Amino acid sequence: MKTATATVIRTSGEMAPLNYLNAEHGVRSWLLTTDHKRIGILYLCTILIFFTIASIAAAMMRVELLTPQGDLVTSETYNKLFTIHGTLMVWFFLIPSIPAVLGNFVIPLMIGARDVAFPKLNLLSWYLFIIGGALALWSLLYGGVDTGWTFYTPYSTTYANSHVISMAAGVFIAGFGSILTGLNFIVTIHKMRAPGLTWFRLPIFIWSHYATSLILVLATPVLAITLALMSLERIWGVGIFDPKLGGDPILFQHLFWFYSHPAVYVMILPGMGVTSELITCFSRKQLYGYAWVACASMAIAILGFLVWGHHLFVSSQSIYAGMVFSVLSFLVAIPSGIKVFNWTATLHKGSITFQTPMLYALGFIGLFTIGGLTGLFLASLAVDVHVTDTYFIVAHFHYIMVGGMVMGFMGGLHFWWPKITGRLYPEFWGRMAAVITFIGFNLTFFPQFVLGYLGMPRRYHAYPPEFQVFNVLSTAGASILGIGYLLPLLYFIWSLKRGRIAGPNPWRATGLEWQTTSPPPKHNFKQVPIVTGPPYQYSAEEDNDLDVATV
Amino acid sequence: MDKFRLFPVEASTSAQQVDWLYFGLTAMMIFFIAVVFLPIIFFSIRYRRGSSADRSNPSSGSNLLESGWTLFPLVVGLGFFSWGAILYYHIERPPKETLQVQVVAKQWMWKLQHEEGKKEINELHVPLGRDITLTMTSQDVIHSFFVPAFRVKQDVVPGRYTTEWFHPTKLGEYHLFCAEYCGTNHSAMIGRVVVMRPEDYQEWLSTGETGQSIAIEGRRLFRERGCSGCHEGSPAIRAPVLEGVYGKQVPLASGEIVTADDQYLRDSILLPGKQISAGYENIMPSFSGHISEAEIMKIIAYLKSINAQGPAGQ
Repeated sequence: MKTATATVIRTSGEMAPLNYLNAEHGVRSWLLTTDHKRIGILYLCTILIFFTIASIAAAMMRVELLTPQGDLVTSETYNKLFTIHGTLMVWFFLIPSIPAVLGNFVIPLMIGARDVAFPKLNLLSWYLFIIGGALALWSLLYGGVDTGWTFYTPYSTTYANSHVISMAAGVFIAGFGSILTGLNFIVTIHKMRAPGLTWFRLPIFIWSHYATSLILVLATPVLAITLALMSLERIWGVGIFDPKLGGDPILFQHLFWFYSHPAVYVMILPGMGVTSELITCFSRKQLYGYAWVACASMAIAILGFLVWGHHLFVSSQSIYAGMVFSVLSFLVAIPSGIKVFNWTATLHKGSITFQTPMLYALGFIGLFTIGGLTGLFLASLAVDVHVTDTYFIVAHFHYIMVGGMVMGFMGGLHFWWPKITGRLYPEFWGRMAAVITFIGFNLTFFPQFVLGYLGMPRRYHAYPPEFQVFNVLSTAGASILGIGYLLPLLYFIWSLKRGRIAGPNPWRATGLEWQTTSPPPKHNFKQVPIVTGPPYQYSAEEDNDLDVATV
Repeated sequence: MDKFRLFPVEASTSAQQVDWLYFGLTAMMIFFIAVVFLPIIFFSIRYRRGSSADRSNPSSGSNLLESGWTLFPLVVGLGFFSWGAILYYHIERPPKETLQVQVVAKQWMWKLQHEEGKKEINELHVPLGRDITLTMTSQDVIHSFFVPAFRVKQDVVPGRYTTEWFHPTKLGEYHLFCAEYCGTNHSAMIGRVVVMRPEDYQEWLSTGETGQSIAIEGRRLFRERGCSGCHEGSPAIRAPVLEGVYGKQVPLASGEIVTADDQYLRDSILLPGKQISAGYENIMPSFSGHISEAEIMKIIAYLKSINAQGPAGQ
């Protein structure tokens, strides 16, 4: 019977005649839409703009670092480049990437709902995001910001001569978009699940977005407060952080990382959710240790709030506080480890195929594992003293955020692309891009671990000549990585008109989102689905006889 | 200094200890990578679609296995935490008898002065085989004093004193970097640390513009700035006598008891109203804006020195 289904997909997949894309027409129908699917696409287009600008900034930095002396741009410009790269990538690409694009599109479909709980609020989130983004871009066009994405005081409040306030205001406003998105997801997941869809029948994608949303709602207000206090000091000289005004500069770091460390988990948990979907589907297996993986997401979200002080081991924080934060940082690695082990065990006795999304998912596991384990070097107090603020830390968090989150985002985008557009991307080019990205990524960032342990500090415009070899390797890798990102952009656009028609369920996946047509109708389901069992009801034994080419 | 390497030179006692921990962590990383990657590769080949491997009775979970891969990494992790914490305790707390160097950082320069009075900019000369403690502060933004060859780094924070210590074990010249982003010329805020033979160091100390020792300059400032007018037992004004105060427990008017360390003395000069000694009135004017960080450090060095030789210290 299963074989028959697969054959049907190959021959008679068809576009849903009435779907959310052709239900209404015109710019107005997009800008005033309250359809979660369309809002997801609005986010996709806007974060792509920010990703492109931030990537160009990164490319210019990598070219500058080809030679030890600062010769392509001035120090001032270099400092603005890494600030652009950091601020845009963190707040205007990574944080909204999986949650606001894929989460928005997929969460209601996955739980059998017609939309999110507050559709108008969802649109407001996007407007807050683009107002914040516009302010950030204005700051860049009118001269830029040179504080780094961390805005450390008293540099940002007293000494920087750049557009700190407008950039902070942009992040502040976009932050409210994050808070509202988080709130929306929490209520949606609580109140709008289909009949029979109990908590422990939810796909891990939902669990990880639930954990992510909790962080967004609880942590982002602290960022807003911190940025507001910083602005008070910068504009009116209210002494909070600058010791000349009676303030304490380390207080800023505590407040900033109280938000920004949990935010790091906003930049990885959703990727873990995507990976859980992909690993099960492409190995035709139930997720190994489902309850453990679900609870691990929550454990990460909770413990993630208690480790901010590991950014302050050399900042003059008490050494005993350092020890507490160190041990908690080791603990937060445990639930991440549980996830990795369970994904690995899921492959056992599976029937594994290596389509593009699976390649990204395997890439995610590999790179996240390296990123997580190098995180333990940084959690380990004495080694952190040496490697903090060097390229070691740059390499570490890029393994998590690019190797992890961006791989997860690309995997998820390929996986749900047929649902979003009704068409398939070209499989050959997809696999090529995944492999190129993996190679380019490792060549870019692995040499940076070596550079960091050698002692090259981060945010250096010029550097001693003995570090050049590794910088050249890293820049070479970055150019390969660039191709890895450019390829999908081209073939995704191509596939919009020319891609093969996907049909409702090209992967024969079990999630509720695959039970409706592709693209889905405006209100997702003709009938509300009823759930009778746990997620990931795949059967490797039966599916193993299927011809790979039909899928 | 400018030689291509794969691994940084070890030039201090802590460098070796940190490297051992680093190798330990690397071994742990390789172990866990093997534990994850080998099964992934093995399963990917064995259970690829269409292979004839046995797929009957797949397991969907085992609490025994889950507990195993929760508890084993936990124990390993706590082990590495303890190792790192003990070593950190050692690295962060300077030993008692050490050579002292005062460091004042500013955008984008390191100003250093040895106890004996010799001043340096962006360079630090130290003797081999001695413990050296830096007492550091910043005049403007946060900087960070980083010597990769010694595996030590400490932020240099305006408004506070931080310390960093090391015990050089190898002659040579090593990089000094500012590791905390501090503005436009951050990457130019670099210098070198020169480790010399003790006899060469003594010679270096006494050649060129040597100046007077920090404590003597501090005594001069103590008089010039008018501190001595009240704090040397003047009958007219009631102010605490400062001989022997350094390192002692001071009862405050608020009822607290604090240790009179560098930070306390610095705050008392700049923010006299912050911590008032019990039994005294808050009549001292603030010197904030009238005195430089380097001058404050000298006065503190003087107060420290009268501890050792003054009547209270005997």
